[in-house]
Amino acid sequence: MKASFFKTSGAASIIYLCLGYYIVMAFVAPGFFTVNNTWNLLYNLLPLLVIAIGQTFVMITAGIDLSITSIIAVTSITGGYLMSSDTAIFDSPESLIFGVLGMLLVGISIGTLNGIAVARFGMPAFMVTLTTMMLFSGLAIWLTQSQNIYNLPEAFVNMPYSSFLGIPTPVYLGVIVLGLSYFLLNKTLLGEWIYAIGLNVETSRISGVKVARIIIFVYAFSGFCAAIGAIFYTARLETGSPVMGQNILLDVIGAVVIGGTSLFGGKGKIIWTFFGAFFMVLLDNSLNLMSLSFFLIMIVKGSVILIAALLNANREKSLRTT
Amino acid sequence: MLLEFKDIHKSFGEVAVLKGIRLALETGSVLGLVGENGAGKSTLMNILGGIVPLSSGKMELSGKVYSPDSPNDAQTNGIAFIHQELNLFPNLSIAENLFIVNFPKKKVMGCHFLDRKTAREKTEKILSQVGLDVSPNMPVANLTAAQRQMVEIAKALSTNPKIVIFDEPTTSLTRHEAQKLFNLIRSLKNEGLAIVFISHNLDDVMQLTDHIAVLRDGELIAHDETTSYTIPTLVNLMIGRDMGDFIPRRDTVTSGETCLEVSGLKAGYIGPLDFSIEKGEVLGFYGLVGAGRSEMIRMVYGLDPMEMGTLRWNGRKMHNLNPVKWIKQGVAFLTENRQDEGLMIDQTIAKNVQLAVLPRYTKSLNRVDYKEVGKRSRAQADAVNTKYQNFTTQVVSTLSGGNQQKVVLAKWLLTKPELLILDEPTKGIDIGAKHEIYTLINALVKSGSSTVLISSEIEELLGLCDRIIVMSEGRISREFKKEEFERSAILEAALHHTEEEVL
Repeated sequence: MKASFFKTSGAASIIYLCLGYYIVMAFVAPGFFTVNNTWNLLYNLLPLLVIAIGQTFVMITAGIDLSITSIIAVTSITGGYLMSSDTAIFDSPESLIFGVLGMLLVGISIGTLNGIAVARFGMPAFMVTLTTMMLFSGLAIWLTQSQNIYNLPEAFVNMPYSSFLGIPTPVYLGVIVLGLSYFLLNKTLLGEWIYAIGLNVETSRISGVKVARIIIFVYAFSGFCAAIGAIFYTARLETGSPVMGQNILLDVIGAVVIGGTSLFGGKGKIIWTFFGAFFMVLLDNSLNLMSLSFFLIMIVKGSVILIAALLNANREKSLRTT
Repeated sequence: MLLEFKDIHKSFGEVAVLKGIRLALETGSVLGLVGENGAGKSTLMNILGGIVPLSSGKMELSGKVYSPDSPNDAQTNGIAFIHQELNLFPNLSIAENLFIVNFPKKKVMGCHFLDRKTAREKTEKILSQVGLDVSPNMPVANLTAAQRQMVEIAKALSTNPKIVIFDEPTTSLTRHEAQKLFNLIRSLKNEGLAIVFISHNLDDVMQLTDHIAVLRDGELIAHDETTSYTIPTLVNLMIGRDMGDFIPRRDTVTSGETCLEVSGLKAGYIGPLDFSIEKGEVLGFYGLVGAGRSEMIRMVYGLDPMEMGTLRWNGRKMHNLNPVKWIKQGVAFLTENRQDEGLMIDQTIAKNVQLAVLPRYTKSLNRVDYKEVGKRSRAQADAVNTKYQNFTTQVVSTLSGGNQQKVVLAKWLLTKPELLILDEPTKGIDIGAKHEIYTLINALVKSGSSTVLISSEIEELLGLCDRIIVMSEGRISREFKKEEFERSAILEAALHHTEEEVL
C-alpha cells in the first residue's frame, strides 16, 4: 500500500499530503483552524503560488530561475518609486496604474534578459539566473541606499484586503494566473513546445520547435509572475523594499519540486504546483503557530524538500526501468 | 574442440533471442559469424564474454563447463572481447589505458606509488607485438581510429587469451588498415588462438575466415567451411530470401526538374560540394565513417553552420537555414541519432508523431486542434505500420528499435514532405521493419516527392537509389547513375582519397 501510494502520480500524493497535514494541524497547532488563520493561509498562498507557477514553466523546460528574489526586490522598489507620494512622480490616481505597469514591465524585462542569455548564448540557466540574482539584488540595495520607500497610495495598499462580490481581490488575481497558465500549458502550441523542449531539446529543434523563442518566453513569464508576487508583497507591507522576497526562493523551488515537477524537465503540472505551494504555506504557517524558531522552520522545510526531491528521483528511476 | 556451445537459449523478457545454438570453436582457426542486426550474434558473443548470462544450455571450454559470471571472469578464462565501440579513455595515455585496472606499483618508504617506468616498458613490448610504433605516453586522443583499434587489441592480447572475439573491427578502418589488421589476425591464428570474427562486410569474412556460421532470428542457419559459400548464398542465408525481393523494385521516373540545388557548400574539411536533387528522385550518399555525409546534410538543414555555399529550393535562394524554415518548405530530416535527435523517448507515441506538424493544426488563440491532429497522427502511425498497444498513452521507450524508427518516420511523413532526408534510416532495426521502410520510401517517391538517402549499407543504396554520390574525406569522389551501379566501383570510390594518402 505504502509503495503504491508513493508511486501514484505526483498530483495524487501531494493532494493527500496536504489534506492529511491540514487535518493533523487542525488538532495540533494552536489557532490553526480559525477564520483568521484561514485568511492568513490564503494571503500567504497567493503570491507564492503565482511565483511558483512561473517557476514551473521554467522547470518544465529543464531550466531553473534563481533570480526571482532579485526580480521581486527590483520590482518592489520600482513600484515604490513610481507610486510613493515622497517621490511624487505621478499624481495620485495615475500613479497606481503606472506603478503596477512599471512593476510588471521590469519583471518581464529581467526575465527576458535571463531568457536571452540562456537561449541565445547557450549559458546554463543555473549560472545565468544565479548571477542576475546577485546583480539585481545588489542593484536594488544600491539604488535605494538600502532605504525602504514608504507612503504608497491608499488604493494600492488596500488592494489585498479589498473584495469584489464578497470574494477578496487577490483570489481573482490568483485564479486568473492559474487559469491562464493552465490554458497555456495544456491547450496551446506554446505549451506543447514547452514540454517538448524539456523532454529533448535537440529533437525539438530538428522538429521545427522555435526553441530560443520559447525559452525566452518562459523566463519572461517567470519574471512576470515574480512581479505579480511583488505587487502583493509590496502592498501588504505598504513598503517598496530592496530586500523584499529574500527568503522566498526556497519556498518557491520547494513548492514546485514537492508538486512533482521534474528538475530534469518535461514533466510538471500547474495543479501539482498549486498543491505544492499550498503545502509549503501550510508548513510555514503551522510551524510558526507552534512557535518554532525561524531556523528550526528552515531545517524542517529543507528536509521536506529534500525528501520530495528524493521521491521524485525514485519515481523517475522506476519509470525508466519498467 | 576448444569451445562448444551446447543448445544455448537466451530470452530477454518474453522475447527469445537465441533458440538452441550449437556451435564449436577450434584452436588455430577463424570463425566468421554473420547475420543481420538482431539475428543474435552480439547476444551469443556477450554470453561468451560474460556480459549476459544464458537462459538455458551450457558452454564447455576445453571439455570443462564454462559459465562466466562477469567480463572479468571471462577474461581470466582466456576470452578477450574487442568491442565495436572501443573502450578507451581518450584523455589518458596508451600505457595508462592498458593498465587502467592493474597499474604496476612500486613501494617507496612503505607506501605504494605508480610505477610508470615498468608500465612504459611493458606497454612498449605489447605494442611491438601488434606492430604499433608509437610512444606509450601518447594520449589515445592523438591516435587514428586504426591505431586505437590496435591499442584495444594490444590490451586484449596482454591478458594471454585463448579466444579473441572481434566485433565489427573494420567499420572505421581504411582498406589498407583493414589488411594490416587481417595480417595480425592471421598471425594470431597461427599461434594457435581461436578467433571469432563478426562483420557485416562479407568480402572480409570470405577473405579471412576458415569457417562461417550464419545466424538468423536467433537460430543457427548454417555452419560450414568458408570455401563452401559464395557471397550471394551467404546473403540469402542471412536474410532468408533473395535480396532481389528484399529491396522492393521501383521504376525510375525522373522529372528532370531540380528541387534542391547545393553549390559551393563548405565548412572545415567538408567541401566544396555541388550537387542537386531532382523531383521524384532517390539520391543516395555512400562513404566510409568520417567521409562527411552526415555533416554535409546537417549543414544543408541548418543544424550546423556552413562557411560558404548557396542553396536553392525550387529555384529560390535560401537564407538563414533552420529546421523551422525547411519544414515549412516541405523538407524533412530523419537524423542518424534516433534516440537523441529523433524522439522524445519518455513521451507518448502520439506526441512524438505530432511534434513537427503541430503548428499546422492550431486554432484561434494558438490552441492546438487536438482532435484533428490526433486523428491524422494515428492514421499516419498506422500507415507506416507502427505496432503499439495504446497510441495516446504508451511511451516510445517501450517500443522496439524498428517501431521507434517508424514513429520518427511517421512524424516526418505527416508533414507531407516534398523532400525527405534520411540519414541511416535502417541502422539497428530488424529486417521486417527495414523492408517496410524501403516500401515506404518507394511509395513516397512514387507520389512525386524526393528522397536523400544516406546509408552505409551498399545493398540498400543499390536497391533504392536512382543515383549514388560517393563521398570521401569531405569531398564528392564520384557520382554513379543507375545504369553504372556496381558494388566494387562504389566501394573503390569511397576508399579513393584515403588509399592515396596511406600508400
